[in-house]
Amino acid sequence: MASVAARAPVVPRPAEPLSGRILRVLGKAPVHLFLAVIGLLWLIPTLGLLFTSLLSASDLGGGGWWQILSKPSAATWQNYDALLSNEQITDSLLTTLQVAIGSTVLPIFIAALAAYAFAWLEFPGRDWLFIVVIALLVVPLQMALIPIFSLYNTLGIFDTVLSLILFHTAFGLPFAIFLLRNFFIGIPKDILESARIDGASEFRIFFRLILPLGLPAIASLAIFQFLWTWNDLLVALTFGRDTKPITVAIFNQLTEFGSNIEIIAPASFISLALPIVVFFAFQRYFVQGLLAGSVK
Amino acid sequence: MTTAPPAAGAPPAAGGQAWRKHAVTLAFLGPALLLLGVWIVYPTVRTMLRSFFDRDGSAFVGIDNYEDIFTNEVIFRAIRNNALWVLIVPALVTAIGLVFAVLTERVAWRIAFRTAVFMPMAISLFAAGVIWRVMDQQDPDRGAINATIGVVKDAIDPPGSLSNAFASTPALEGDASRGLVLRRALEPGDVALLGLTGIPPGQVPGGAEQAADPGPGEGIRGVVWRDFKPGGGTPGKVEPGELGLPDVTVVLRDAAGKKVDSTQTGPDGAFAFDDLEPGSYRAGIGKATFAKPFAGVSWLGPNLITPALIFAYIWVWAGFAMVVIAAGLAAIPRDVLEAARTDGASEWQTFRRVTVPLLAPVLSVVFITMLINVLKVFDIVLAVAPGSVQDDANVIALAMWRTSFGGVNDFGLGSAIAVLLFLLVLPILALNIKRFRTEAS
Repeated sequence: MASVAARAPVVPRPAEPLSGRILRVLGKAPVHLFLAVIGLLWLIPTLGLLFTSLLSASDLGGGGWWQILSKPSAATWQNYDALLSNEQITDSLLTTLQVAIGSTVLPIFIAALAAYAFAWLEFPGRDWLFIVVIALLVVPLQMALIPIFSLYNTLGIFDTVLSLILFHTAFGLPFAIFLLRNFFIGIPKDILESARIDGASEFRIFFRLILPLGLPAIASLAIFQFLWTWNDLLVALTFGRDTKPITVAIFNQLTEFGSNIEIIAPASFISLALPIVVFFAFQRYFVQGLLAGSVK
Repeated sequence: MTTAPPAAGAPPAAGGQAWRKHAVTLAFLGPALLLLGVWIVYPTVRTMLRSFFDRDGSAFVGIDNYEDIFTNEVIFRAIRNNALWVLIVPALVTAIGLVFAVLTERVAWRIAFRTAVFMPMAISLFAAGVIWRVMDQQDPDRGAINATIGVVKDAIDPPGSLSNAFASTPALEGDASRGLVLRRALEPGDVALLGLTGIPPGQVPGGAEQAADPGPGEGIRGVVWRDFKPGGGTPGKVEPGELGLPDVTVVLRDAAGKKVDSTQTGPDGAFAFDDLEPGSYRAGIGKATFAKPFAGVSWLGPNLITPALIFAYIWVWAGFAMVVIAAGLAAIPRDVLEAARTDGASEWQTFRRVTVPLLAPVLSVVFITMLINVLKVFDIVLAVAPGSVQDDANVIALAMWRTSFGGVNDFGLGSAIAVLLFLLVLPILALNIKRFRTEAS
């Protein structure tokens, strides 16, 4: 058999003359060119911010960031040095990190508990309650700002890292519960049943089975939640004027835009460097999460 | 424990078991329900009620706050602007995403392209706003967009060598937009003194020499010079220390206004028209010499701020649309497309009649997602729009925030704007629930 197959002439595909191949490649050239130009255009703004952050204030006074292309020696780390020895900025970065980590771990854990209940525990009104959760998915943050502002003042936790984390946690829950419930429900029933028959408690099942099996979904969710809270401005500006996450610190500088571009540019670049690193490191999960979550 | 009603037909121990079961359920659900209740459900109800009270919550005002939304000019502008966002952004982002996804599908280096276009998604909208604040600066020496436009514009329509100059004496009439002409008619043998001023030392063309003081000659002779020297000098008179203006085009017209000749001035500013028929002529400098260099489009000014914001926003979100649509595209069975091609459909027909209908669910997901995003747009406006044009750039979410926390501190009106936003996304809520119901059944 094998020898026959080997000897049989390859499907008589008409040998394409060289000119034909060249024409085919040339025919696609406009598409390649178009995509190359668009791709480059898409990168320029971010590169522009990077180059701006690498130029001294006096160089920027004399021209745009593109001067670095003709004069690469003008690039300097001095803006970054100044920024990183500025305690207000480093404090802000640290605060943002605390808020983002807290607002990632807490809602995912709480949502995973609830998602397990929605997926595998029987209780009256389960579907009805899940519909309420889906309904909460679209409630705009703006609906909560004013009452929570008053509540935080009453409780005396206004303008603290905790107050920011709690707000992000609550608003991260509906999406996290929705996503994890849909993921957990896909876990084969036999695995759970046999664990239950073996006498494992629901908590044991949750920690030993569900959480490890749910890791891919949890990873996507964690990346999203981390980026979302790291990048947040609205909540930070409302409840964290003095706690001052990095977005608020940059926002304060923006009011004097022009005179302080040597602070704004590197601070903005640092604030977006971490998300970009996270994005490139976990691109696969990021895209998966995006596809799962494009109902939000 | 014994008071719990035993389930019908269950053994007596079932009462305790059921209680235990509910306790476990509550342990799993409790934290989530507490947070959702306190941070989302309670505030939502509270905000709805609050919207019927005045700014500090002391008096019931009925629907006054809602009337204010539509009569307060700043807030109503936010609604109009947001309507523009809704009309443009979801459709355009979906279309761009579709084009990018389809074009890259059979390109070997699509990963590189898609990464470049998708990257802004990882950046916050606020940081993206800062990026575009830098790009959109008006001064073409700083803002990259205006620098690019400036290069193109100056190539087509170059700036004049003396863009700031004007006449030094009333002997010249006209202005920069029409060119300058010597008021007095000339005849062969006359001298034309074209004195200009308002030229900063840095803008005097290189190679300029002491201005010539031409004597009468055969034709019309004259000089174009910088009629100014330190201390002032006498206007209309060529004096030592005053520079000639080289390479200026001087135009000579006859009495009917028809162009007879033109010439360039020398390093000392001197020019001459020889071999003229007897008659009356007028000498002048064309408007091209005075053309202003490109001053930059005011992207961040009140008129163009919303288009500039929309542009930046599309830059951020196009990658999202592209990735989601590309995933949908990859899921279309190859044989369906092959079948269409075998049946003789052209690439365009295949795309239009097969690909797009099969992608419809994905396209609608992208469209709806963008619709919600656009209704809630906030960060990028605050980052790109300078404080002075925020009234012009206003959108609903920003109006809500500025009214409540941005100095106005009117919680009644702020609540009403929040409720408006909620009402606008409500149809999408209905859609989500419907989708869940159909998936569940």
